[in-house]
Amino acid sequence: MRRLLGYLGAIVALLVGWWLLSVAVGSPALPGPAPAISDFVRLWGSDLMPQLFESGWRVVASMTIGVALGAPLGLLIGRSPRLDAVAAPLVFLTYPIPKIVFLPVLLVLLGIGNAPKIALITIIVLFQILVTARDAARGIPVASVLSVRSLGATRGQVFRHVVVPAALPDIFTALRIGTGTAIAVLFFSETVAGTSGLGYYILDAWGRIAYSEMFAGIIAMALLGVVLYELLEMAEARVCRWTRVGR
Amino acid sequence: MATVDACEVEVVYEGVDRLVRALEACSLTVEDGEPVAIIGPSGCGKSTLLLAMAGLVRPTDGDVLVGGETVSGPRLRTALILQDFGLLPWKTVFHNAALGLEVRGVSPAQRAERAGAALERVGLTDFCGAYPGELSGGMRQRLALARALALDADLLLMDEPLSALDALTREDLQGLLLDIWRQRQHTAILVTHSIEEAVFLGRRVVVLTPRPGRVAAIVENPGMGAEGYRSTPEFYERCDQLRRLLAAEGAFGETALTGVEAS
Ligand SMILES: Nc1ncnc2c1ncn2[C@@H]1O[C@H](COP(=O)(O)OP(=O)(O)OP(=O)(O)O)[C@@H](O)[C@H]1O
Ligand SMILES: [Mg+2]
Repeated sequence: MRRLLGYLGAIVALLVGWWLLSVAVGSPALPGPAPAISDFVRLWGSDLMPQLFESGWRVVASMTIGVALGAPLGLLIGRSPRLDAVAAPLVFLTYPIPKIVFLPVLLVLLGIGNAPKIALITIIVLFQILVTARDAARGIPVASVLSVRSLGATRGQVFRHVVVPAALPDIFTALRIGTGTAIAVLFFSETVAGTSGLGYYILDAWGRIAYSEMFAGIIAMALLGVVLYELLEMAEARVCRWTRVGR
Repeated sequence: MATVDACEVEVVYEGVDRLVRALEACSLTVEDGEPVAIIGPSGCGKSTLLLAMAGLVRPTDGDVLVGGETVSGPRLRTALILQDFGLLPWKTVFHNAALGLEVRGVSPAQRAERAGAALERVGLTDFCGAYPGELSGGMRQRLALARALALDADLLLMDEPLSALDALTREDLQGLLLDIWRQRQHTAILVTHSIEEAVFLGRRVVVLTPRPGRVAAIVENPGMGAEGYRSTPEFYERCDQLRRLLAAEGAFGETALTGVEAS
């Protein structure tokens, strides 16, 4: 309830800010909230919702693959000094390279459909989660591991009872940060290639000089981000119940 | 049978850029069912000795035998309670207590029964569903104890289990530890920084030298476990004797820096 009120307040503040800015700028490229929202409502069923689902599934698919590969890999590397000696330099050499520059390559290799977009977002999210998971696994208190090992736990059991739960909150943080990155990359890749998704829609509206429609698309993009963010928040609250102790 | 035999144990750690000799030719025999306390200057290798007995640190030389068998890894009926309790914050009180049983493949029904009984013994039944973060320090310590009890351990290794507690809670739990030992007659090895605690809970008190740790002296303490022992002249005499022994080992002076070798 408090959360809902918070959102309500934030939306009002944003709308007022937007309106003031549009009045101050006074350019057709920055319409006020009223025409944008009316276009949003008008186009929701016919254009925006289908595009939002198209974009949404791309992001969700990429992030799912990214976390499914990146988290276990990062945890393994973080817990094994020998693996880390090999993998860490590799990761640190490739991590700072902006992966987005590979979009042209991916377009050539995978065509202009869903595959290159999902591949690009996956790679980017995967790296972020891998690096976070590795650091989280390295930072696990020795006492936690020793106490479970003293109970006779195998390596697998140490992973299940200690490493994975200890790293989960950090992995969720990486996912939340990753959501922002993923949507930005999605927008970029949808504007570069293909004829579907919110990125394409926004760019297309811009090309038609339909600025209020463009802003309706931007609102849909923001909606996508908020929904993903809230879903992550809900998942974390379920999976990491102990982190709410004392809050 | 859980006799413990440390024979000429040496442990050398490979630190970040140097070798640290934590233990050197450290020998100690503990009889089955005997409660022993270990005390010594900070950093002398007490925790290391305990970890070697638990099979979590491999001696670089010498052997540790438990029940006549060389320790090469964690043993089924050894329970270890660590300095900071070693509880898992992401598991509920019940799951923490039952963890040892789960890891050892005990059936859920058995787990519920044994962990439930252990939690009842330490007075935590009402907190089964809570997380460790919701417990007080003393309750967390009780939980660590319950986990050991659920395992039905015949060897209980404790590394300063009560050091983080206030004086009242501490005395209360010392009483609980004594009661449980009286009842179960397990072999108990307790590392402590407190002279009074060592005399209260150790039938023998082992004094270690500064690093690298060796046995400097063993104080016999036959009165341990007697009713009202804490307020007898004998108790004070033992404490005094220990204090003098520890002073001779430099436990109260500047920490000795021997045993650090360049590598
Ligand atoms: N994993 C490790 N790597 C390197 N050196 C270590 C490691 N663990 C302990 N040491 C070193 O070995 C020595 C003995 O450590 P240990 O923890 O056994 O001492 P302790 O007697 O338990 O000390 P305290 O009373 O302060 O708990 C210390 O000098 C410590 O720096
Ligand atoms: Mg210690």
